[in-house]
Amino acid sequence: MEKKLLLGAEAVAQGAIDAGISGVYAYPGTPSTEITEYIQRATEGNQPSVHSRWATNEKTAFEAALGVSYSGRRSLVCMKHVGLNVAADAFMNAAITGVHGGLVLVVADDPSMHSSQNEQDSRYYGRFAMIPILEPSNQQEAYEMVRYGFDLSEEMRLPVMLRITTRLSHSRAVVTPAEPLAQNNLNPDCERNRWILLPANARKNYHRLLDKQDALRQVSEESPYNRMISGSGERAVIAFGIAVNYAMEVITTHNLEIPLLKISQYPLPEKKVKQFTAQYSEILIAEEGYPLQEELLRGFAGDDRFRGRLDGTLPRTGELSPAQLEKALLGFSEQQEATRHGQTRAATHEPREAYPLVAPRPPMLCKGCSHRDLFEAINRVMNDYPEKHVFGDIGCYTLGALTPYSTISSCVDMGAAITMAKGAADAGLRPALCVIGDSTFTHSGITGLLDAVNDRSPLTVIISDNGTTAMTGGQDSAGTGRFYDICKGIGVDEAHIRTFVPLQKNLEENIAIIREELEHEGVSVIIAQRECIHIRKSKKVTTDN
Amino acid sequence: MQKDIIIAGVGGQGILTIAAIIDLAAMELGLQVKQAEVHGMSQRGGAVESHLRISSEAIWSDLIPLGNADLILSLEPMEALRHLPFLSPKGLIITATEPQGEIVGYPSVDALQTAIAATGSHLLIDATTLAKDAGSSKSSNLVMLGAAAPYLGIGNKVLEKAITTYFAKKGETIVATNLRAFRLGAELTD
Repeated sequence: MEKKLLLGAEAVAQGAIDAGISGVYAYPGTPSTEITEYIQRATEGNQPSVHSRWATNEKTAFEAALGVSYSGRRSLVCMKHVGLNVAADAFMNAAITGVHGGLVLVVADDPSMHSSQNEQDSRYYGRFAMIPILEPSNQQEAYEMVRYGFDLSEEMRLPVMLRITTRLSHSRAVVTPAEPLAQNNLNPDCERNRWILLPANARKNYHRLLDKQDALRQVSEESPYNRMISGSGERAVIAFGIAVNYAMEVITTHNLEIPLLKISQYPLPEKKVKQFTAQYSEILIAEEGYPLQEELLRGFAGDDRFRGRLDGTLPRTGELSPAQLEKALLGFSEQQEATRHGQTRAATHEPREAYPLVAPRPPMLCKGCSHRDLFEAINRVMNDYPEKHVFGDIGCYTLGALTPYSTISSCVDMGAAITMAKGAADAGLRPALCVIGDSTFTHSGITGLLDAVNDRSPLTVIISDNGTTAMTGGQDSAGTGRFYDICKGIGVDEAHIRTFVPLQKNLEENIAIIREELEHEGVSVIIAQRECIHIRKSKKVTTDN
Repeated sequence: MQKDIIIAGVGGQGILTIAAIIDLAAMELGLQVKQAEVHGMSQRGGAVESHLRISSEAIWSDLIPLGNADLILSLEPMEALRHLPFLSPKGLIITATEPQGEIVGYPSVDALQTAIAATGSHLLIDATTLAKDAGSSKSSNLVMLGAAAPYLGIGNKVLEKAITTYFAKKGETIVATNLRAFRLGAELTD
């Protein structure tokens, strides 16, 4: 097969296509978005078709993928780490039902929070659900492990989690694809008791899940992705997922003799790990994310042979880097003075110092962005009040937190703008104002608005509708063109559903509309509607051609 | 053969385009490639960089280790300095001179030039003017790629082929403009 230069995310996507998926289900979120985008491009016009339309949120995506699995076909479901919080109900229970057609969940974690509000480690979820987790170390493995994951999913009749992190997702390398597989035939599962999680069935299923754990550990013991790279001396390293690359970079650069156990499949292969660790007096645990395995290996009694993020050998937070592994491993090798060829290559020279005058360059709203005009109007209105409280949400408009606007007061999770404003209104805060994007509104805002309507909470919701999911690069937004009808349909009084176009020429008019609705003692929705400047540009390019 | 290159600039300047073209060219030569890039929030006008590693041997880390970069290729003078700890002692900085200075605390142009000169080997390129000469102010990134061409370990012909492949979908005019920009840059350092 022809070699391809692929992002880790794209390698996952190509792997899924070649594993014969019938559909991918996903909501955009950095660093997972490129998986679905690639499948959309690569399977356009394919027969049989591969479903690839964006879902409204991660939970609907997961459940749809589970429905594909019920029908006997293979489905991929993709999300960023915090997206799994949204899908967690479906995810946890899919481990109890099990699957029929293969189901692989790809979760892209974002250690260092490049584009996220936390750096939670999805491997905890995998462990929580007691399903296999695959953690490829490079793009080729990412490609291969998707197919391996589908096979494993069908063999074990369980969902399989494939966990990647930002660095792998957004780094390109040459990938050699394998022969593609055909899609499974439609073959719905008739074993109803597996799928109806009434308590009596669920208890049996839960036991079945527990009974599978030995088999899962055995598969990990034999996995080609968990292997040892030999060395000598008293000190060793266990490297998980992408951490292998950083460790090997240091080991090869400095000709170190440090033995390494590479782990890319969980549950931990206990025998392999025990045999390995028994030989050494110190073992560095290098994992991208939380010190999950390190904590397990150290144990409650605290086996001090294990070094890593918990004892400061590696930093407690953030993504790993070659420099961190170099510091940790050279510390090891100084102590053991063992090198592959009897001599160490000169330790890397001290890096140059950073130039002190380099100013931070945070992201900002694009020139011509509709959110800018909206924030200007909101700021003018809120100047009339003694304090400014504007609940914000997740998207480009979160950048309204930064100067020069400093408009929003909060950004917590998808949809929280509306529900936090509602709670604040219930608590007596006036005015209770929030801003939410169009895609975030359909993702998780509608239910909160319904709560507010039912409670007659005095709050004003501004839906900043730019017609797209902009922050992640302009994916379809689930409610485009229907926001008025959605709000009306769930019971917002039509007299208080207002629409305006956030443009400089409308500024005074828009300010007046916001003022009026802030004074209304009930639920108001203002739809601030103007297309994302990037989408507008790209449409123009398309028509020009 | 191994080259570690950091490509830097501001979101929207075409950093990932430069990286993609070098990737294509390196693949054409059968070299190994790893190229880490920035997607997501920073692309909204923030600092953007790509770690690009090409080698005839296997490459482990997706990130360039500190002090290892042979070249910092920057589309903006202050951004060239942001990544200084990655530059090797013998490393080279090639940077465009036009500041993207609309941020708080941006240093003076003189201070930046002095600091860049103090790093050792460096080339300052007026990419904006050359890009206009080539026919599009948007092609500054290709001017910079041209200026860096002799230091990449990849021949200009291979790079030009990669440019043609990369822009093919956008039509012949855009291919021609970008090739012109590349050549104007390459003439400076040939």
